[in-house]
Amino acid sequence: MSHPELLEPFPDSEEMEISFGPQHPATHGVLRVQLRLDGERIVDAQPVIGYLHRGTEKIFERETYNGAIPHTDRLDYTAAATANQGLVGAVEKMMGVTVPPRAAYIRMMLAELQRIASHIIWLGTHALDIGAQSPFFYTFEEREKILDLFEEYCGARLTLNSMRVGGLPFDLPEGWTERCRTFIDQLPARIAEWERLLTKNRIWRLRTVGIGVISIADAVEWGLTGPPLRGSGLRWDIRKVFPYDRYDEIDFEIPTGEHGDTYDRYLVRMEEMRQSVRIIRQCLDALPDGPVMAKVPKVIRPPLGEAYFSVEGPKGELGYYVVADGSTNPYRLHVRPSCFINLQALPELVRGHLVADLIAVIGTLDIVLGEIDR
Amino acid sequence: MAEQEPVTPPAPAVPKPPWEEKPVPPAPVEARTHAQVVEILNLLPDAVLGAVEFAGQITVAVPHERILEVCRVCKGALGYTFLVDLTAVDWKERPEGRFDVVYWLHRFTDSRRLRLKVRVADGVEVASVTTVWKTANWMEREVFDMFGVYFADHPNLERILTWEGFNGHPLRKDFPLEGIDTGAAIYPDVFPSGGGPVAGGEGE
Repeated sequence: MSHPELLEPFPDSEEMEISFGPQHPATHGVLRVQLRLDGERIVDAQPVIGYLHRGTEKIFERETYNGAIPHTDRLDYTAAATANQGLVGAVEKMMGVTVPPRAAYIRMMLAELQRIASHIIWLGTHALDIGAQSPFFYTFEEREKILDLFEEYCGARLTLNSMRVGGLPFDLPEGWTERCRTFIDQLPARIAEWERLLTKNRIWRLRTVGIGVISIADAVEWGLTGPPLRGSGLRWDIRKVFPYDRYDEIDFEIPTGEHGDTYDRYLVRMEEMRQSVRIIRQCLDALPDGPVMAKVPKVIRPPLGEAYFSVEGPKGELGYYVVADGSTNPYRLHVRPSCFINLQALPELVRGHLVADLIAVIGTLDIVLGEIDR
Repeated sequence: MAEQEPVTPPAPAVPKPPWEEKPVPPAPVEARTHAQVVEILNLLPDAVLGAVEFAGQITVAVPHERILEVCRVCKGALGYTFLVDLTAVDWKERPEGRFDVVYWLHRFTDSRRLRLKVRVADGVEVASVTTVWKTANWMEREVFDMFGVYFADHPNLERILTWEGFNGHPLRKDFPLEGIDTGAAIYPDVFPSGGGPVAGGEGE
């Protein structure tokens, strides 16, 4: 830890146990943190989860493979497209399906739009938690436009159900690419506007620099993925390491931080949004013609076996472990939830900090309780 | 009968793109000679019960008494520093051990992944790997909560997604899908007749 001396209780201290949440707006859902406090200092913070447990993995066993896709929307309900992408990718891997290039490109566009939308929610609420109110209003305006694009594509704004095993249920509607291009052309200016509000803001830096520091070695030990891992400085991204869809044909960078603190994770996510814009622009330029659905059997029936497939979700590595018994229903379908595993490191990140910093750290881990509790 | 028209020879077949072909599912391949398995065999020759490659992923079966030792070697000598996932599968009917506990490891140096698998009977403890990877803590708690697999020497083996005192392990195959009566019903089973306001009624 960065402040070992703070762990020593003062001789005349009276430690308190306080339950933070589960009904607290700054916990981003129904998260409860059992705090042990010495005055304002956090001695220990243990997350208590499970308030949103719906038994999704049990429900998966009842559904067919395509029928399980709507349930993945409800895991990380701020990033449904990437959750869809992971499940269909896992089943396609087990069946040996090659997705048509047009479908792969549209999937990448949806996933990157979703990444921007998810990072926008993170930025707005994270800034709101720390005390900067105005970014919330600016950011959510852009998110509306992304949700409009989703609505135009598949009719839904949040629970998209936008992919199928073998490709996509629909082709893009008329004029979608032009509207998408209009959106991404104006987005970098808006990102710069948000950064002007925060990046050099003195209060923002006081609240985020040096808060929730974690080294690369510790981050790997705790299994962190996504921006929390890259913020510590490890250049690691599933899109580059195990490219899925057509990410190997796209040119983009993986931003990393140096210090592993809340401020660096903020910078990493801001840069990720710009890289997503870059990916979408390349996809629009190179969007091939052709079918959006591969020739897959009507009844999806993967062979006996098991496979793990993961995508780089906005929050980290989102993986699906499929065990098939040769029938039309998954025998076991396990989700490797990125938020669940990232949240586990919370006690490490906040020990010795002030209570107010706990809010900043919960925000910077970018958790969604739907995915944690499943 | 009219004279038959000359039959034109069929055009040379253009190879169809892979997405128009019928998909060919991968088949399991014996993988004892695969480089990733040979590494383990060199260090722990008697700890590998079997090795299979399926869809490009290596699965190594390990006796459950030796999982901690194998994990230590995998992390220390072989460099699998990252535990990606830990879960379990319930094979209810299998006589030689009901559960598979599955470990999914990652190595950063060459980006390779390895699946370890142990087979345990109901009620048999598996050694906890929290001393090897700290991240295994919550994953093992989840497996305990969902399957009732016990992990020996786990620092805090409590339920994590369901609540303390919950009766049963939901992801076992014999747990009913519709759930069990936990005594925590929010709504009454039968609503009293005549209750509530009636459209056009006087009200009370």
